[in-house]
Amino acid sequence: MAFLDIRHLQKSFGALRVVQDFTLGIEKGEFVSFLGPSGCGKTTVLRMVAGFETPTSGAVSIDGHDITGLPANRRKIGMVFQAYALFPNLTVADNIGFGLRVAGQGKAEIARRVGEMLELIGLPQLGSRYPFQLSGGQQQRVALARALAPRPQVLLLDEPLSALDAKIRVSLREEIRRIQRDLGITTIFVTHDQEEALSMSDRVVVMHQGIADQVGTPFEIYNRPATRFVAEFVGTLNLIDADLVDAAAGHVRLGGVPVTLGRPAPGRAGERISLALRPETVALGRDGGDIVLPGRIAEVHFLGPVLRVRVAVEGGGFISLDTFNQADRPPPSVGAPVDISMSHRDLLVLAA
Amino acid sequence: MTGKQLWSWLAVVFAGLYFLLPLVGMFDFSMRMQRGVYSFEAYRIVLADPQFQQTFGYSVALALLTIVIGILLVVPTAYFVRLRFPGLRPAIEFITLLPLVIPPIVIVFGYIRIYNTSSVLPLTGSWWGTNILLLCGYAVLSLPYMYRSVDTGLRTIDIASLTEAAQSLGAGWARILAVVILPNVFVSVLSGAFLTFAIVIGEYVFAALLNVNSFGPYMVWMGGNRAYEPSALAVVAFVITWACMGLIQLFTRFSKFSTARR
Repeated sequence: MAFLDIRHLQKSFGALRVVQDFTLGIEKGEFVSFLGPSGCGKTTVLRMVAGFETPTSGAVSIDGHDITGLPANRRKIGMVFQAYALFPNLTVADNIGFGLRVAGQGKAEIARRVGEMLELIGLPQLGSRYPFQLSGGQQQRVALARALAPRPQVLLLDEPLSALDAKIRVSLREEIRRIQRDLGITTIFVTHDQEEALSMSDRVVVMHQGIADQVGTPFEIYNRPATRFVAEFVGTLNLIDADLVDAAAGHVRLGGVPVTLGRPAPGRAGERISLALRPETVALGRDGGDIVLPGRIAEVHFLGPVLRVRVAVEGGGFISLDTFNQADRPPPSVGAPVDISMSHRDLLVLAA
Repeated sequence: MTGKQLWSWLAVVFAGLYFLLPLVGMFDFSMRMQRGVYSFEAYRIVLADPQFQQTFGYSVALALLTIVIGILLVVPTAYFVRLRFPGLRPAIEFITLLPLVIPPIVIVFGYIRIYNTSSVLPLTGSWWGTNILLLCGYAVLSLPYMYRSVDTGLRTIDIASLTEAAQSLGAGWARILAVVILPNVFVSVLSGAFLTFAIVIGEYVFAALLNVNSFGPYMVWMGGNRAYEPSALAVVAFVITWACMGLIQLFTRFSKFSTARR
């Protein structure tokens, strides 16, 4: 049994079933992200683990102890909220020491631990400030320190970076990951931002309509998406229609060009199927792989380090590709004829 | 000065005169007790009157106790209604407004009928019982002001997140209310408390019908029996009320943390 064990969790609000049969085991010290669009049930699962929502059915246990019926204040779970939720009437030090005072620890011990936590979050001189005197990033660090101070068994992070601006978001997510690794604390991180989920996590759970669509390492999730939803939600994707020639042998025709997938494809011969392709696996020119398609440049977007080029493929459809920006080579001009190439191994055959 | 500004100033001056002139007149009258000279003689008599000291002290004690009861009753109620039963808010708001609609005399007659000496719970038969009735009545009278100000205060903070944050740190309901919620709505509680204070200090109907010798009946008795002293007393009452309002402002301005800036 995993350290944090979530079994067959369901939650309905009236007739609406928000979470359907969610099962997941999280090992001690693991960092797992729940990724999905709003309304997919990720926060509801988190709140059921925290004890703020009662599951309609299912169970949650930590280290072998069933905590499903335990009130939130007896679960020993630390939580960080999107809106920081610092107590405005208490100083930073008193906020961090709140959980320790509740636990009835001595003044000296509280002061020592608060000092330690302030060091950990890199704000040792701000103990006497009030929350309103801090920036958003500082407030969220204090909220993290407050959640960690009583040494919880599990840390829950509910979109903690969503309210911050882009630069601070990146630096804080690195810091959260560093602290989590240093302390070895089991963590669930809820986010709708795929970059956050992919960059921080040991494993990612992609959620869709109350179900875990796929659970895997960021590498697996990105490169081997199990469903069409995961493929579309995580990263940018080309969806290409292909005509199935031989399902068992994996022969298809792509814009008139015969292609061997190297693995069986679902469906029957003569049907149209969807293939997916990441923009970075397609190359301009004929050297990018065994499949070469002729086309014409339709659009060019300059993104700084990367150019995103949209090519109208002969035989119908568009394929977007990413190519590095090179200062000595001007971007291709719209309307110019071009060949694009890719490897059959990068073509993803998606389940519906 | 533009024409627009002129009209604004005229409106302000008119309103100022409308409110201030009667007060100035009353103050002037209260100073004319001794023929031919301006003096504080009426004030001296009022303040030196042992009846004044006794009834005023008693009413202050009642007001403070009413505030405590009001806080204990209203803060948890308003908090749980907002947190758990937001659908009940209109109903609770309506109930708390009833004391403005139902005259105090109806409430106090109800009390006397239910708790008279031949009833199961003869509260009117003893000094303690009467005081308890009076406090309960005053707590009801203060409900509209207390509930509204606390509810407004709760609206300015994210009570759901704060509650969950405190719960995840192990806190129970009593601690959440005392350490997290109450301090954050303290300014609102204070403004409700000062209004309660102002109401209870001068309250007449409850006190008179329950035959209690408090400041309200004393003022009425004074008004019926003396000439200059009632004006002095009214000025004193005004000063007390204004001091209360001033204190609300002070507390709002100098509270250590600001709930507005978050």
